[in-house]
Amino acid sequence: MPVLCSRCAERRAMLKRPKTGHSLCKECFFWAFEEEVHQTIRWGPASGGKDSTVLAHVMKLLNERYSYGLELMLLSVDEGITGYRDDSLETVKRNQQQYELPLKVVSYEELYGWTMDAIVKQVGLKNNCTFCGVFRRQALDRGAIMLKVDKICTGHNADDVAETVLMNILRGDIARLRRCTAISTASEGEGVVPRCKPLKYAYEKEIVLYAYFKRLDYFSTECIYSPNAYRGYARNFLKDLESIRPSVIIDIIHSGENLSVREGVKMPVQGTCSRCGYISSQALCKSCVLLEGLNRGLPKLGIGKHHRLHNKILAQQPFTEKEESKLKPVEF
Amino acid sequence: MCQVDEDYHGDLERAEVPNVSKKCVKCKEASAAVVIRAGDAYCRGCFKEYFIHKFRAMLGKNRIIFPGEKVLLAVSGGPSSCSMLSQVQKGLSRNAHKKLRFIPGIVYIDEGGALGQSVEERMKLGAELQAMFKATGFPFYIVPLEQVLDLPSSVVVMAPSSSEQPGSAYKSAVNAFIQSDSSTCLTPQDQEDTSLPEVQESHTRSLQHLIASVKTLTARQDLLNTLRQHLFVHTARTEGYSKLMLGDSCTRLAIKLLTSISLGRGAQLAQDTGFSDSRYGDIISVRPMRDYSAKEISYYNHMFSVPSVFIPSLDTKTTDKSSIQRLTETFVTKLQGDFPSTVSTIYRTSEKLQTACRSSSTANHCERCLLCMCALDTAVENASAFHATLISEQFSQTKVPGATRTQIPRQNPVTPVLTPTGQHCSSDGEENCGRKEGGGGCCYSAKQPQTTNLKTLLCYGCQMTIKDMSSVEYFPQYILSEAQRRRRRSQMKEEITEFLLDDDDDDDEGN
Repeated sequence: MPVLCSRCAERRAMLKRPKTGHSLCKECFFWAFEEEVHQTIRWGPASGGKDSTVLAHVMKLLNERYSYGLELMLLSVDEGITGYRDDSLETVKRNQQQYELPLKVVSYEELYGWTMDAIVKQVGLKNNCTFCGVFRRQALDRGAIMLKVDKICTGHNADDVAETVLMNILRGDIARLRRCTAISTASEGEGVVPRCKPLKYAYEKEIVLYAYFKRLDYFSTECIYSPNAYRGYARNFLKDLESIRPSVIIDIIHSGENLSVREGVKMPVQGTCSRCGYISSQALCKSCVLLEGLNRGLPKLGIGKHHRLHNKILAQQPFTEKEESKLKPVEF
Repeated sequence: MCQVDEDYHGDLERAEVPNVSKKCVKCKEASAAVVIRAGDAYCRGCFKEYFIHKFRAMLGKNRIIFPGEKVLLAVSGGPSSCSMLSQVQKGLSRNAHKKLRFIPGIVYIDEGGALGQSVEERMKLGAELQAMFKATGFPFYIVPLEQVLDLPSSVVVMAPSSSEQPGSAYKSAVNAFIQSDSSTCLTPQDQEDTSLPEVQESHTRSLQHLIASVKTLTARQDLLNTLRQHLFVHTARTEGYSKLMLGDSCTRLAIKLLTSISLGRGAQLAQDTGFSDSRYGDIISVRPMRDYSAKEISYYNHMFSVPSVFIPSLDTKTTDKSSIQRLTETFVTKLQGDFPSTVSTIYRTSEKLQTACRSSSTANHCERCLLCMCALDTAVENASAFHATLISEQFSQTKVPGATRTQIPRQNPVTPVLTPTGQHCSSDGEENCGRKEGGGGCCYSAKQPQTTNLKTLLCYGCQMTIKDMSSVEYFPQYILSEAQRRRRRSQMKEEITEFLLDDDDDDDEGN
């Protein structure tokens, strides 16, 4: 006997919601998913992956349905990864035509003078995600400023947020642990565009379901350079947890939202980078340090803590031989 | 710290070559017997000293246990709590340097009934523990878990704490204690009743019904935890103890922290994993073993022959993925193998947290969870995970039978209709839930008004546990009657609500 949709009780249910366990028909699922996103946003980038594709689709739809009066744009970052990003950018371009939204692509190459391919060539497959992550964050901000937008919406979903909560606990990063569950970042400092995550409460599985039933065109391949990221541990753990109790993703976010930090715990103070003016808790922002390391041929400069060297970088002094030997890439 | 193949410089690389004839890092004379952490090799004597010192330092630093106070040690039979017992024994022994100054007692909860052990098995384990406890000379209480069925409702009511004691009070208490004749009150009380308590078969059956009504192992373990805690507190209260010592090690706490996060208990993390926990008011739990890793404890127990007993638990002989608790344990243990700093990093995270209670001034008055006694974390703003789930549940259900899809959303933005706090039912009582049942509007599991009603009195984490239960009718009476009492109170409050002046601050029911 076919199961009827638990909402309209008329049509046949097509799927079981991972989030609540209810059986829904296609139409009701679309409606619920869209409305839930609507409840999350109260006031745009594109990677070509499923999250961004669904984000672009839903944002455009809701903007029209509820007359938010938002002017949506697509922003994409080209990390310069052959066989990965060039393919996904094609998807973004197709999306652009489909949704009739302006698209801006910023590339690592034009911003930093380095593509990820070139970086991996120098640093190898260890720590390369650190470079990519740090650069992407800043690239999004720079692109947003070029487009003169007021807000950036990212396609982070509930799984991503839960994963980040776990990861920050494993790393003992209390400052990020406190920030990572916020829907929108505080708009402090110049050169930083506030970001929000409209899909923060949407399960990854539901996003796929949505894209699948809507026949959305998206690109799905794992990045070819990320097999070794520490995040993988948190991700696998979360997947296992989810298989035991599907609500665990939202439960973890709930936990994250209700954590409070003891008074008197030292928190990094937000300042600005004395070289590029970007937000930074150190004298030099992470991407300037990483870039300096790449340009000096000492890629490990930004990996681990080498705050003592910041003054030398700022004064453009050479490092001592001992310092250099620690920061050289590993010879194979 | 972001890569799997992380490079460790310095310390770790040096330690990679184990050297049998290595000298102790402390005394630099005797040859090392254990390597506690990478690079830290200790000889037998120094390790013992280090271990003992750590225990006393933990108690000394926190100054929570006052001289002459009665302290109940919760011993499960496992290595960590047995090690704690042996530390207390050592600290109180006649020839101890700087004797500990409290009066100990031991409590052990026999959970065999919940595991379906036979009476013989339970007797056998009980006898083993009894022998161990007798040897200490401390009074001990072997309590079958079945006793939760007879607990009074007062267990789930926060008792007034024995007046906040400022830091200076500790010093004066110590001085007063030293001046008074300390020798008399320090001799542990006599061991009284030594026979094992008998358990009625009907009680065991009721307990098993309760356990069986919980459908997942995750929720079973969580519920068992809560019941155990209630029994500890009750035993402490009836036997006149004011502190409860738990044997959680650093490793255990790291696992507990990650588990709590996954169970949605983030708001209670600090209480669940901190040194002291005062959620019951008068009985304060302390965790003096929280600085030791499981490895250190097993080294010590092995080298100095501290006895422990293997006691099976709910997840004994189950697979890794049988419950969230079990999976987390495997995950942490494995990661610890690859990254030796895992446990201490997680543990240090816990030290930076504090208990969340929305209004700190009314911390004592805020509504508490019926089961775990933590401040309720379900009254949250609109933009929250809890709210989002409620919306999802609401959106996935029929609102008005037969309503077409287009009617609902467009003219009627949803938020105002919804009661995000989940407190709706508690204020309206059963009546309202019953009325809406047909439409399923208010509470999604309206087919079980009991469960629904109970839910509103629970914190997020306990709600998730209840969700996995087929019925709450097997709950021990003390929980059900306290739930009724609380509902009556909130109904009363509802009736007089218009005459209350400051219902804005202190409301939990008012939505």
